[in-house]
Amino acid sequence: MLLVLFASVIGSFGAVFLKFGSAHLRESFWRIFNVQLALGVALYLGSSYFFVLGIRHGELSVLYPMVSLSYIWTVVWAKVFFQEAFTRQKFMGLALILLGVFFVGLGSK
Amino acid sequence: MNAATKPVVVEASYAAAQNKQRLLVFCCTLLGAAAQVLMKTGANQLAHPGLVGILTNIPLMAGYTMYGVVTVLLVLALRDGELSLVYPIIALTYVWVTALSFVIFHDEVSVFKLIGVVAIVAGVAVMGKGSKK
Repeated sequence: MLLVLFASVIGSFGAVFLKFGSAHLRESFWRIFNVQLALGVALYLGSSYFFVLGIRHGELSVLYPMVSLSYIWTVVWAKVFFQEAFTRQKFMGLALILLGVFFVGLGSK
Repeated sequence: MNAATKPVVVEASYAAAQNKQRLLVFCCTLLGAAAQVLMKTGANQLAHPGLVGILTNIPLMAGYTMYGVVTVLLVLALRDGELSLVYPIIALTYVWVTALSFVIFHDEVSVFKLIGVVAIVAGVAVMGKGSKK
């Protein structure tokens, strides 16, 4: 479970770097080869490695919903790195997601 | 094309593009869930979690590949179109994965899990509702 959580944090950083890297694409298509995009892809690969380690033991019906926690990190990074607003809707959405993960956890063996 | 019919045609083609996009995203959720099942199957067989163990694990590599394809397709699908309407569709992946876990891996069916998945799907949908464009 901790490995899946760790994977979701790494994956959310991957999204941040993909976003940074994709800004270069406005300059020219060939800027698709830039350090930030490469780092984003690398973080995604790393995240999927830890995810697989995390789901080796345990129920997929419990572990997979944990992936939705990545929405929480993403909203935080969006505020920190891209100054995106933390709206009431995002707050309500995150609260529901947290509640959902909590319930799924209650259902685990 | 005369001036009177033009807006109608534009609107119809916009609606068609929207439907195509939603259908593509829906297919992505099914493929994404299949990728998770393959990854879990591979993970269950994974005796040594080293590089060689992973690269020679066929279900795992198939799952990774499928996951990669889904990610690229989603990025393409989400470039344009109403994100707020697409979010609830993406969240369906949680429903499929849970259902498949019950059927394929014989995970214990519990009311808590079902409530949890419904709350997560609702949460993702609510978050998407606030997104621009």
